[in-house]
Amino acid sequence: MILHPTVIANLLSSAIATGMVVYAAYYGGQILKFWNLQSGDELQLVLERKTYLISTILSFVFALQLLSLFLYVFTADSLTPLFVGAMCAAGTLNVNGFGYPTLLLKIVNFLLAGLWLVLNHADNLGYDYPLIRKKYWLLMFIAPFIVIETVLESAYFLNMQADVITSCCGSLFSSEKANGLGSEIAALPSQPMMWTFYATLLLTLLVGSYSYLKGKAGYLYPVLSALMFVIAIAAMISFISLYIYELPTHHCPFCIVMQEYGYIGYLLYILLFLAVVSGMGSGVLLPFRGLESLRDLLPAFISKLLFLSVSSYLVFSTLVAYEIVSSNLVM
Amino acid sequence: MRGWIEKQRYILDFTLSSLLRRKVKNFGLLVLYALIVFILASMMFFTYSIKKEASLLLKDSPEIIVQKLMAGRHELFPLRHIETIKNIRGVAAVEPRLWGYYFDTHAGANYTLLVPPAGGKIGKPASKTAVVETDPHDRAAEHAGQPLFRFNDVALEPGTLIVGQGMARARHTDMGDFMPFRAFDGNILSFRIAAILSSESELVSSDLILLTEGDFRKLFGIDNDYVTDVAVSVNNPREIATVTAKISRLLPDSRPIIRDEILRTYDSIFNWRGGMMIVIFSAAVLAFVIFAWDKASGLSAGERREIGILKAVGWETSDVIQMKFWEGAAISLTAFFSGVILAYIHVFFTGSLIFEPALKGWSNLYPHFELTPFVSLEQLTTLFFLTVIPYTVATIVPIWRAATIDPDTAMRHSGE
Repeated sequence: MILHPTVIANLLSSAIATGMVVYAAYYGGQILKFWNLQSGDELQLVLERKTYLISTILSFVFALQLLSLFLYVFTADSLTPLFVGAMCAAGTLNVNGFGYPTLLLKIVNFLLAGLWLVLNHADNLGYDYPLIRKKYWLLMFIAPFIVIETVLESAYFLNMQADVITSCCGSLFSSEKANGLGSEIAALPSQPMMWTFYATLLLTLLVGSYSYLKGKAGYLYPVLSALMFVIAIAAMISFISLYIYELPTHHCPFCIVMQEYGYIGYLLYILLFLAVVSGMGSGVLLPFRGLESLRDLLPAFISKLLFLSVSSYLVFSTLVAYEIVSSNLVM
Repeated sequence: MRGWIEKQRYILDFTLSSLLRRKVKNFGLLVLYALIVFILASMMFFTYSIKKEASLLLKDSPEIIVQKLMAGRHELFPLRHIETIKNIRGVAAVEPRLWGYYFDTHAGANYTLLVPPAGGKIGKPASKTAVVETDPHDRAAEHAGQPLFRFNDVALEPGTLIVGQGMARARHTDMGDFMPFRAFDGNILSFRIAAILSSESELVSSDLILLTEGDFRKLFGIDNDYVTDVAVSVNNPREIATVTAKISRLLPDSRPIIRDEILRTYDSIFNWRGGMMIVIFSAAVLAFVIFAWDKASGLSAGERREIGILKAVGWETSDVIQMKFWEGAAISLTAFFSGVILAYIHVFFTGSLIFEPALKGWSNLYPHFELTPFVSLEQLTTLFFLTVIPYTVATIVPIWRAATIDPDTAMRHSGE
């Protein structure tokens, strides 16, 4: 265990998140069990009030989730000097087996949490809590993931021992060694990856704009936006990072959040997260368009989500294009 | 979007004026909150800048230091081993070092005695600098090859010393004075102080005494064939690990120490100190959180009535929650930033009066020094997580309780 202030902050934030989600899930369970809008029972009144509490708690927890995702990478970065061979977050996360699973889970949890907030907002639009059961089922689904994340994160930090030799980002993400998840992505040749990236991007933007302008939202865009998210991350490792670092061998997806690169990474990742959450959120809401109380309000919300998603991808790709064009690296 | 912003603006406006109406109650909370932030921030600023200072100083120290071990203890290094190390491919230079400690019963302090290297620092022939061993409060320093100071234009002749500021203060001595030392065989040797080191480098040279090789050997009775340890410089940083491995294979009774290891050790020690202080202060943070919880749940009759009226005139529960959110944000940000600014002043302008004894360690020859201001995003984020987030968590449930009061109950119970 490394008693570093930032490590303590990480552990504190995940403990808080878990505590609050478990608390919310407990009342969520009660709502699932006893909810009956027709009843004027005291319990029903209490539950209706509890929904406000749960929404507030979860909005807070999910905001915390986003912050803690970045804090986690940040911490991994700042612990680098303690490990032989680690040069950035990539090496530190590899110190023990819990580093990368925690990161992955943090990303997944953030996406799930974002979808929950979208559902919650839609639910608040209608006067009769139209989505209340769905949203609490989703909460029941998310809660265990948050708990597991906290367990893994604690295991990661508590099992950390300074001086353990770890591979640095130079070897983990460089294309010479073909092992490990990182290097497989890096080993994706940059030319084909570039074409895949741009083609998917173009398709996503076209489908998104079409859906938005014609007002005909379909399931194609949500799927594309999720696919685009994965491809964008792969592209980040495969070639975008190269242009930002201006080094043909440096594939690390973490170093771009560092000060040396003007914190550009935060902007890029936040845009990506925004785009994928709102894109997938628009898909999650599609089946509920027919509900009585949402019929008039939901399409407007869905098209707002579409707009948000498409414009985030657009800004993202503009930024990436700018980075590539203005880079001194020519490939 | 515009409508939303306007709405938030009106709510914020309302919140601020309602906060100002209850100045006394909120002021107490604000002061306590800022105090908590101040304590944690001072501690973090202090440990981080000391860490930074250490890493900056160590940057110029030799890549590898080789000591000889005897039964697991540090022993004098035989000069004949130097050739063995020099023959390793990749080694640029090997510099023997002579240094040691001397306990002065008058001052009650340990001095660090050092023979400045003849040709300046190894690897960098032009600069007149030397490698010193200091930082008396730290065990890691016992095997640390270390920072640099400058002593320009003063020739060190046999029978003279150049001393650090801290020791000049402790002994009330000045240039030209004589200082007696008790040698290893009980004889008293007297040296003249030729110069005092500049205070710029005080952090590393406070307790330092420079003397010539001959005087050093006379004082401690060290044979001409031995030195304290050797500093090895390697041109290519990638070869350091290999060279180190070769040294420990060729000289099994030696202990090579790499600069990075020293850096890491310092880092760990200061992290640990900072973390330890946070753990200790977590009790204070917890007390504060309970206080905040109590404040938030104990609504006065006036506040209850206010919420009741707001709801009666058409505010929804979520609007009241939003209002309370803005209230929390206003208090948190005010407290956070005033705490951080005060801590900055405390640490970098007043030399952290309050925490100095705990964080620095102790020594009779403590250096006077000012830390270079160093504040990073990491520190501020960590602080935010350690203070604002617990506060927010503590107030969520009370806020919700307040916001879900029925208007008629609220107005009826106010009893005014």
